[in-house]
Amino acid sequence: MRVPAATGYLLWIPPRAYPYPSRDPVSTSVGRNVPRKDGIPKVTGAALYVDDLRFPGMLYGRTIRSTISRGRITSIRFDFDTAGFTIVQAGDVPGDRCNYVALLEDDQPFLAAHQINHQAEPILLLAHEDRDVLNAAKVEIEYERDIPVMDAQASPVVFKEIRIRKGDVERAMETAEVIVEGTYRTGHQEHVYIETNGVIAVPEADGGMTVHGSLQCPYYVHKALKALLDLPDERVRVVQTETGGGFGGKEEYPSVIAGHAALLARKSGHPVKMVYDREEDMVATTKRHPSVIRHRTGLTRDGRLVAMDIDVLLDGGAYVTLSPVVLSRGCIHAAGPYRCEHVRTVGRAVMTNTPPNGAFRGFGAPQTQFAMEVHMERIAEALGMDPVRLRDINALRPGDTTATGQRMGDDCSALEVLRTAVERSDFHRKRAEYAGTGKGIGLSLFYHGSGFTGSGEVHLKSKVALEAREDGVRVLVASAEIGQGTRTMLAQIAADALGVPYEEVEPVQPDTAQVPDSGPTVASRTCMVVGGILQKCAQEMREKIGMMTPQEYARLHGPLLVTRQYEKPHDITWNDTEYTGDAYATYGWGCDVAEVELDPVTYEVRPLRVTVVHEIGKAIHPLLVEGQIEGGTAQGVGWALNEHVVMRDGAMANAQLTNYTIPTTLDTPRLDVVILENPSSYGPFGAKGVGEMPIDGPAPAVINAIRHLGLDVRDIPAIPEAVMEVACASR
Amino acid sequence: MDLLEPRSLDDALGMLRQHAPLMPLAGCTDVFVALQFGTETARRFLNIWGLDELRGIDVRDGVLRMGALATYTELGRSPLVWEHLPMLVAASREVGGMQIQNRGTLGGNIANGSPAGDSLPVLAAADAVVVLRSLDGERRVPFTEFYTGYRATVIRPDELIVAVEVPPVEGAQWFRKVGTRAAQAISKVVMAGVRAPRPRIALGSVAATVVRLPQTENALAAGSTLEEAQRVLRQEIHPIDDVRSTAAYRLRVAANLLGQFWAETG
Amino acid sequence: MRFTLNGAPAEVEAPPMKRLLDVLREECALTGSKEGCGEGECGACTVLVDGMPVVSCLVPFAQVRDAEVVTIEGLGGTHPLQKAFAELGGAQCGICTPGMIMAAVALGPDPGFEEIRRGLAGNLCRCTGYEAIYRAVQGASA
Repeated sequence: MRVPAATGYLLWIPPRAYPYPSRDPVSTSVGRNVPRKDGIPKVTGAALYVDDLRFPGMLYGRTIRSTISRGRITSIRFDFDTAGFTIVQAGDVPGDRCNYVALLEDDQPFLAAHQINHQAEPILLLAHEDRDVLNAAKVEIEYERDIPVMDAQASPVVFKEIRIRKGDVERAMETAEVIVEGTYRTGHQEHVYIETNGVIAVPEADGGMTVHGSLQCPYYVHKALKALLDLPDERVRVVQTETGGGFGGKEEYPSVIAGHAALLARKSGHPVKMVYDREEDMVATTKRHPSVIRHRTGLTRDGRLVAMDIDVLLDGGAYVTLSPVVLSRGCIHAAGPYRCEHVRTVGRAVMTNTPPNGAFRGFGAPQTQFAMEVHMERIAEALGMDPVRLRDINALRPGDTTATGQRMGDDCSALEVLRTAVERSDFHRKRAEYAGTGKGIGLSLFYHGSGFTGSGEVHLKSKVALEAREDGVRVLVASAEIGQGTRTMLAQIAADALGVPYEEVEPVQPDTAQVPDSGPTVASRTCMVVGGILQKCAQEMREKIGMMTPQEYARLHGPLLVTRQYEKPHDITWNDTEYTGDAYATYGWGCDVAEVELDPVTYEVRPLRVTVVHEIGKAIHPLLVEGQIEGGTAQGVGWALNEHVVMRDGAMANAQLTNYTIPTTLDTPRLDVVILENPSSYGPFGAKGVGEMPIDGPAPAVINAIRHLGLDVRDIPAIPEAVMEVACASR
Repeated sequence: MDLLEPRSLDDALGMLRQHAPLMPLAGCTDVFVALQFGTETARRFLNIWGLDELRGIDVRDGVLRMGALATYTELGRSPLVWEHLPMLVAASREVGGMQIQNRGTLGGNIANGSPAGDSLPVLAAADAVVVLRSLDGERRVPFTEFYTGYRATVIRPDELIVAVEVPPVEGAQWFRKVGTRAAQAISKVVMAGVRAPRPRIALGSVAATVVRLPQTENALAAGSTLEEAQRVLRQEIHPIDDVRSTAAYRLRVAANLLGQFWAETG
Repeated sequence: MRFTLNGAPAEVEAPPMKRLLDVLREECALTGSKEGCGEGECGACTVLVDGMPVVSCLVPFAQVRDAEVVTIEGLGGTHPLQKAFAELGGAQCGICTPGMIMAAVALGPDPGFEEIRRGLAGNLCRCTGYEAIYRAVQGASA
């Protein structure tokens, strides 16, 4: 088989600081494209996803949901023969306090008892052995309606407010020679993992509950089920089945559907499968937070940032879910990868009577960096300055500080990614050549913090275990393979740190009965944080087994289990009340250059090519990294141009794949990926996070390319209808 | 759900007479979507997919005749369609992905009657004739008289669409679909045009049914400027807002399409 | 009802209006074909019927009477496309992969780039941005 040339290439920046020098020259899997652990099952159809599983006596479950945005339930009537059905209502939940999805705040009920706060809110659950009978059952619910809050800007309820202050913005703004202001908006985005949310709950003889499901965070679901069912740790078991994509959409939501299936399973005494169809998944589950972001920026005439005043508003939807954390990451990234001595960011996440928004790849940073990068383009326009030059003079360099006062180390690569992308894409030649042709070219510069924010990892106290057995080495983590290559990458880290062949290391299926809580599979933390702890496990194991292989050791002494917990690097400090300090141990750096073509007849913007340069510390598995970058970039282009959630009366009105249009092959630009490596001393083998950063850059690069065409677009999605409005207004 | 399975066309027509109403099933690319979303009310169906009498594409006396079960794949590959009705080739290649093109049929697109049906403006602009058959015999209905309202047609419960006939089309043919994305898309506006001394123009997704634009055609035939014709067009159609697009977009893009048609066929 | 399934004669009793996808998954225990939307939009349920790719969520079982049906399981695991998808990053989460491979099979040997791009436009993938899928399809023909 011929291996076609990859689009990307690797540039090696010599490592400056390896925390853990490789002890064994045999170690060779890191940095190589070893076969992915889940490759063969996935290409043969043998991989088992939750909907592929059946249990004896299994029933199907269904959720009856509200059809109003706000009000109270006045009556519920069952217009079907209830014989053979299991019916669960809020009153069936063990106690009042149990009926809340355990996350940050106890505000979201598993089942609404009286009060309705958004469309498609779960009210009651049905189960039956026959899916057709189940789906035919009619439930009539009547309501007393209240006036819903639909406009985030007019919301009376603030879930969370965050303030970041550096220097004195007001005084500095007075000294600015130029001030540029702007407002930027981003819309909802639906994850569209191709496998919808689904679980199977199996009641156990001891009164416990096992849930098999498509999910990112087994221990989130574990925690939620314990609270809901009022069960101790060991009676609840959560098993992650093969998961057909997540992107954050299976971070917190699975707790809800797992809770529902578990309630039905407990009441019926049977296993209950709940797999949403696409429409229900789109209408009822979380989406990316819409945002309205205002910038007021003071500069010198030669383009130096003097003061940045930023206001971030996120629409949280009806319940808190993860909005405070999304807001936090959004605000920390809001000033972009730039140096400025005077920064003020005020962020609010507010309530609306719409389905709760939640985690989505990037977690607030794509929204705020979209605004920052389109704003930078407008600043360049206002100054009559080359957009590359503007970014070049303001980009963070080692020794500079971010808005939270974090001092950049040698692993800061803003200039390298910018200069590489500009050269690789031939930006300046095309910028001149495209003028007046209907084509445009634009860029974005961005960064993304790896791992949980601030002291998040300290609170998580993630645990990782590694076990030497006679038949090989097992990695025990709760980190889920959701397509990104977790199993493969973790096996590589363990194999090399241990000095054994990659093939002899196998991660076990995440199952709370078997694996320790290594935290959620989110926040670009799996490689850097979980992989880092795993590396330490392997080093400890190496010391214990000496010159023996793990298998030899296990044969002589029995299985050897090494468990380690996250340890905060001593030189990282964070103040959670002041929002100052080291927000993240390290950052990845990226620059995207987008080339587009405008159809003057239809106002469609065709993305032709995106050049993507990412500096990610160390590519443990270059092919997997490239896959993350390409996929995230395509998803970002979709967010910019195609993906429009139409909300009507507080519900998604276009909840089908026909009408919510993610990019097909023909909508996706060609992607030219370049991976740079500038190792971080905090990640295994120098690795930083990679999963989220690719979605930070495409939208502003695409919009800036449209701006190059002379169209003043500031909001996404820039669907043809919106581009038309701008084009006609500017005539 | 019941499914009747005729072995021949006559068998099928007999079942329609005896057991009407029955929903005919061809490639199922519309009916099964409606069943999925619970919007299909029919519970009794007639499987016509196996009736080879409804397949085939030929030309007799200059008239292109396409069997109702001709799939988009077959239409897109047929040398006869390429020669006589190239705008239908263009339309066929833009329907769904290849999986849908392998199953979706011309007769099904007509019977489904969606105002966004991609082949329909082509048939309207080509002055096609729909051939309907029942046990009583055949009747030919001009395509422009086929729809009586939103998804309502002149088909009687005992009739089947058996073929579509297209008389010779004089003049350059033009087609463009403006969809919700570059592939696998539903039309937001779709136009077919024939550049003849009396131009023929049809639009989809701008009204309850596919429409011809007689006033715009008259204006162009009478020698109006393009700008005047575009003005007439904007008066002649009354598109709506829906989840896929807006009335304002449809109106403006329809006028732009007329301009592109005129420029490219001139 | 009789038909040929992955090269072998099959006889399955199922309601004629049942979706082919459900017959394959539930009656034939072939769960490799996936449901992503149920409306023929995502292509995850693509199988070959008489050599042509179709979305099995929109095919009533009655319409494959006497037909030849090939699913991902019918490729046996050693097809060059399967190897290439596994080795070149064509599969990430894997849920679109069986349908994507079946659509790619229908492109025949050594398809050109635009042929691949157009031919796979009926299969949605949310993980890869399609580049690795192009590389896999091209790599399989080499």
